[in-house]
Amino acid sequence: MDITELTVHELQEKLKNKELSSLDITKAYVDRMNEKEKDVQAFVTTLEEEALEQAKKIDEEINKGEATGEFAGIPIGIKDNICTKGVKTTCSSRMLENFVSPYDATVVEKLNNEKMINLGKLNMDEFAMGGSTEYSYFKKTRNPWNLNKVPGGSSGGSAAAVASGMVPWALGSDTGGSIRQPASFCGVVGLKPTYGLVSRYGLVAFASSLDQIGPITKDVYDSAMLLNIIAGHDERDTTSKEVEKVDYTKYLKDNVKGLKIGVPKEFFGEGINEEVKASLEKAIETYKELGAEVEEFSLDIAKYSLATYYIIACAEASSNLGRFDGIRYGYRAKDFKDLKDLYRKSRSEGFGPEVKRRIILGTYVLSSGYYDAYYKKAQQVRTLVMNEFNKAFQKYDVLLTPTSPTVAFDIGSKSNNPLEMYLADICTVSVNIGGLPGISIPCGLDKEGMPIGMQLIGNKFQEGTILNAAYTFEQKTKFRENYKPTFRKGEE
Amino acid sequence: MAREDYEVVIGLEVHAELATKTKIFCSCPTSFGAAPNTHICPICTAMPGTLPVLNEKVVEYAVRAGLATDCTISQDSKNDRKNYFYPDLPKAYQISQYDKPLCEHGKIEIDSSTGRKTIGITRIHIEEDAGKLNHDEFGRGSLVDLNRAGVPLIEIVSEPDLRSSEEVDLYLRKLKSILEYIEVSDCKMQEGSLRADVNVSIRKKGAKEYGTRTEMKNMNSFRSITRAIEYEIDRQVDVIDNGGVVEQETLRWDEVSGKTFSMRDKEDAQDYRYFPDPDLVAIKLSDEYIENIKKSLPELPESRKQRYLTEYHLSEKDANIITSSKYLSDLFEEASKICNNPKAVNNWIISDISRILNETEMEPVAIPFDSKQLAKLVMLIDKGTISSSIAKKVLVEMFEHPRDPEDIIDEKGWVQISDEGAIRDVVSKVLENNSQSVADYKAGKEKALGYLVGQAMKETRGKANPQMLNKMFKEELK
Repeated sequence: MDITELTVHELQEKLKNKELSSLDITKAYVDRMNEKEKDVQAFVTTLEEEALEQAKKIDEEINKGEATGEFAGIPIGIKDNICTKGVKTTCSSRMLENFVSPYDATVVEKLNNEKMINLGKLNMDEFAMGGSTEYSYFKKTRNPWNLNKVPGGSSGGSAAAVASGMVPWALGSDTGGSIRQPASFCGVVGLKPTYGLVSRYGLVAFASSLDQIGPITKDVYDSAMLLNIIAGHDERDTTSKEVEKVDYTKYLKDNVKGLKIGVPKEFFGEGINEEVKASLEKAIETYKELGAEVEEFSLDIAKYSLATYYIIACAEASSNLGRFDGIRYGYRAKDFKDLKDLYRKSRSEGFGPEVKRRIILGTYVLSSGYYDAYYKKAQQVRTLVMNEFNKAFQKYDVLLTPTSPTVAFDIGSKSNNPLEMYLADICTVSVNIGGLPGISIPCGLDKEGMPIGMQLIGNKFQEGTILNAAYTFEQKTKFRENYKPTFRKGEE
Repeated sequence: MAREDYEVVIGLEVHAELATKTKIFCSCPTSFGAAPNTHICPICTAMPGTLPVLNEKVVEYAVRAGLATDCTISQDSKNDRKNYFYPDLPKAYQISQYDKPLCEHGKIEIDSSTGRKTIGITRIHIEEDAGKLNHDEFGRGSLVDLNRAGVPLIEIVSEPDLRSSEEVDLYLRKLKSILEYIEVSDCKMQEGSLRADVNVSIRKKGAKEYGTRTEMKNMNSFRSITRAIEYEIDRQVDVIDNGGVVEQETLRWDEVSGKTFSMRDKEDAQDYRYFPDPDLVAIKLSDEYIENIKKSLPELPESRKQRYLTEYHLSEKDANIITSSKYLSDLFEEASKICNNPKAVNNWIISDISRILNETEMEPVAIPFDSKQLAKLVMLIDKGTISSSIAKKVLVEMFEHPRDPEDIIDEKGWVQISDEGAIRDVVSKVLENNSQSVADYKAGKEKALGYLVGQAMKETRGKANPQMLNKMFKEELK
């Protein structure tokens, strides 16, 4: 038995019946990390020793009957923009290269309450801005299915670590697709919850009205379990909603009979890769076979989502990132002549090009004389997008789209073409604009053996519905049982 | 042209720190004077990932201020971000309110030398204070103290309705007294909990267009505000009379030189890039909420003043002075109740107490004794234990080394001599030594009696009971 190939619900079972100890599990993951990390480069910070130490302690507690948490002793990886007390939180930026948060994010407190074990902090595009994890200041994470390809982003470290078995599951964050797109590129499951379901307290803000933390897991059941842990109102985040606590695994019925699935045709139009399209069409057939009612419809407004997204996200980012000024914490330039020079140099040297690009864009769209034409207009379009989604959900339970128009691309192929990189977000951003839940699950491989992802979108707080739809598809298609990442070096 | 040919137009933006126990977006204490960076947490120091949670008391206090100044309360309001970089602003944006303030369209009445006047309140909005920069004693640069960062403020913006420094002074005093009455701010100007940005412009009398205004920021004493306005009016008249144009700019008032100086130039004109704060939800207030606050408002200065005119028969002038401060007004009412002599209490407040406050630039709230002690002072005079001239000395003592007036009198041996034998001894002695005055009195010069009493007071170092002296001299000289 290879422990690192087990899902968390399988690990949990084996922990419960004492087949495995937390130390067995943690050690297996640490060994795997030592084997694969040099190729995959998923971590910014690894915590092998701390993790093993903690596993021993938890085993003792389990033996004494003290550790009662359902997930006590299960390891996890955390995206490096989620604050962890005492462990560096870098956002993969030079700006926060040595930053240690004085507090734990709410989601991290929740993991700690479960006595889960933090294996390390995962690489990402700097401040979550990007779709390939190439914009990390520290390293380029590689796709376990082909080490010459990107893992997607911005939660590329999280997706690659789960796909390569270096962590059993991970937390990511999603502002415009940053959980779903890397999950799709790496052949794993990624869930972006409804805006307001998971507390953002302790998530270093990129775009406050769009950011959500969510699970990246090996299978749908694990996503439901991790969502159980992290969901819930937090009085420290007033944008988090008071919703009834539910057990999302209870929704996993392996049955989609009568489920109404809408397929917005705009997501299958121009720019979509033929193999991706074919794979999605096959998935639609599968759903039909499973008894779902699938119908194509038009979500015309979607074509404005990308522009709307980049205006709102950049505007909020330009303000959110103001606090990185070299005064209280983070990078400060060595030599400066006065205060302005200190700001200018610290921020010029501390931020990478993509972050600067977005700060400049955001500053521009908020500046006087342009606000109405850009930011205000974008907010109006946002309302229209929400209205269109509301209409769609009067007819359908779930919307089905590709997660990304393409599979993972070659490292370096888009990093100098920001517009092309932005276009890769076209399928995912609408979901953030609408504040909706979306999940990406693998639905096949292309000819080169790269995973293709399918996105299922639900109405607000209907995570249960999309989880069940994803679960039923997964049970039928058994992607994980059929395909494994190859860690091949590709054709160089 | 002379200054008289111009009309002065002034508008104020007053910042008042709210007297909430905790900060506006976190639970750090707001108290003044703590060691630097001890009232801070991850939220008010803008650690990455932190989020603000609006303190509901701040909304309540701002609504109180709005209702007390006849504002319309907005039931749908929000917080906006005002973006700019400065080391005392940890998030690089101030959470304020831009286009949907909590309160709008209010007014305040003032009574100036030209009569009663209404000053419009454009808006009152809530926002957070910034921290403070302290210059390092060792010359290594500036140090940031974030204790004040996130202390709640209301900004009260007036219409440009003020026409003189006198009106500004009256408006500010009235506003201050209202805020004190409704207990939303302690208005301690020395601690900066009440400060004003003053916008001044001038135009030729009869002109319709406003002149270009200059702004003097963060003024926190009545005296400097008056001086600065007077200086600025003269400066602007000078500029225009010499064919120049007034530049729109921010000025710094220098107390020592008595001049204003330009702070920034136009190239630095800030674009604050206001936008709604996505971390905070809209502020929605129900009719019931507003109604409940309205019901809880205390009696305001205007109504107290009317009551003093009828209930205590104070003069209009005295009632104005006493009600100008909630503290003075409470002192007056409480002390009057205890000693049952409102006329005497009024006199003490209007004359000696006000004089000392003026001389020492002390705020009424800083008066070191309470209403009981003031009442005791009045009662000691009424009972004849001390004379009113001794009482004046006791009052000075009460300011300088606060304690009960009885204790002061005991310690100082200031008890009035009312012993008939002792008084008679003094009278005999004075009569013996002042035969000329005795003769004058007997010749019909009434004034000579006053001189003799004065001599007796001198002899007893002010402690002799003046009524008894009077009576006894008259008897002796019959």
